[in-house]
Amino acid sequence: MNINLTLIGQSITFLIFIAFCWKYVWPALIKVMKDREDKIAAGLEAADRADKDLELAQKEAAKKLHEAKEQAASILDQANKRANQIVDEAKQQATAEAGRIKTAAEAEVEQMVNRAKEELRGKVAALAIAGAEKVLQANINEAANTELVNKLAAEL
Amino acid sequence: MASEAQDSTGYIQHHLQNLTYGKLPAGFERHDEHGQVHVLEHSEWTFAHSSEEATAMGFNAIHVDTLGWSIVLGALFIFIFSRVAAKATIGKPTGLQSFVELVVSFVNNTVEDIFHYKNRMIAPMALTIFSWVFMMNLMDLIPVDWLPVAAAKVTGNEHLFFKVVPTTDPNATLGMALTVFALMIFFSIKEKGLMGFIKELTLHPFHSGKIYIDIFLIPINLILETVSLIAKPISLGLRLFGNLYAGEMIFILIALMFGAGLVLGIFGGVLQWAWAVFHILVITLQAFVFMVLTTVYMAMAHDTGENH
Repeated sequence: MNINLTLIGQSITFLIFIAFCWKYVWPALIKVMKDREDKIAAGLEAADRADKDLELAQKEAAKKLHEAKEQAASILDQANKRANQIVDEAKQQATAEAGRIKTAAEAEVEQMVNRAKEELRGKVAALAIAGAEKVLQANINEAANTELVNKLAAEL
Repeated sequence: MASEAQDSTGYIQHHLQNLTYGKLPAGFERHDEHGQVHVLEHSEWTFAHSSEEATAMGFNAIHVDTLGWSIVLGALFIFIFSRVAAKATIGKPTGLQSFVELVVSFVNNTVEDIFHYKNRMIAPMALTIFSWVFMMNLMDLIPVDWLPVAAAKVTGNEHLFFKVVPTTDPNATLGMALTVFALMIFFSIKEKGLMGFIKELTLHPFHSGKIYIDIFLIPINLILETVSLIAKPISLGLRLFGNLYAGEMIFILIALMFGAGLVLGIFGGVLQWAWAVFHILVITLQAFVFMVLTTVYMAMAHDTGENH
């Protein structure tokens, strides 16, 4: 219980420990804790930013998808129209071709009919004359009769 | 019965005496263990064998146990904390590091709440005080006889005085309190200038602004302020000492019961446990109070006080 030199010894010890703590303990620990705080703050901020980025990207993706769908629809539309057009064109061409072929065929048929008529006419004239010759048994002026028969034949 | 009472008194006194190394004055009569008396021719540096000898040494003595334990505990604190500080990583703190960081951030928050001035020494000082005083107080929870008996066995001197709780020695607590006081005056003069410091002592709390009234007020102020200034370190040191001394005393009284039969011994064990649990609160609180008051005094020293 006596007050003695211990008092001063304790004071000096106290000051030495304060100095040690001040130099080697406190700054290092505070720095580490501060750095960690900063790191955590930065991490949280980055997470926030990433969240926002994700949201933006999702919006962007939805927009792109929508655009693509629209484009696809319009392309499909155009293709359909074009196909219809091609079919129409083909139909027209086919109709025209058919008309043309028909006309040619008709013309040929007419030609053939005419030729057959011509042939028939010739044969009818000869046949008529031969018939008439046999009927009449007479020698008739061939030239005058021919003319007559030809007139007859033309009437056919 | 009389000798038993004598034994109890001796036991208590033995527990309250520090291991003292000091200078015995010339002409002092020493009693050795055989009851013989020999008179010192010259003054001599030696260990005190009794409290009379320790008293006779006066100021020229050192409490080896107090100083030894406080240095060991302080060194332990510095060792643990500086090792953690050197190895500390920014990543997730684990084990000892998280404990140390808990203490540091607790002290840092407390100091930041109280002390709003620029001085990078205050927070480390508060940490030192808190941890060191706490560890010194913690020695109180070790059963009172363990370390003294161990020390007596090691040295072979069964009358060896050995107090293991530095803060039950007023030298230790007042030594710290006076250091705080010296720092207070140092920072006061550094922040306010010598004149500012003197003005603070003389022009507070009564101040009229008229010179012929102030002449009479200055002495009153000086007395008031000086008393309140000096009361700070004294109360700071004695508060810690008183709390721990009383706690130690109760542990010693409880320890007396262990020698008084089985029933009383078991009762003493229960009491010791209960008191130790309660004492955990006391030692932490006293360490915290010492730290907070030191910080408050430092804040007062830095307060240049524009509103006079």
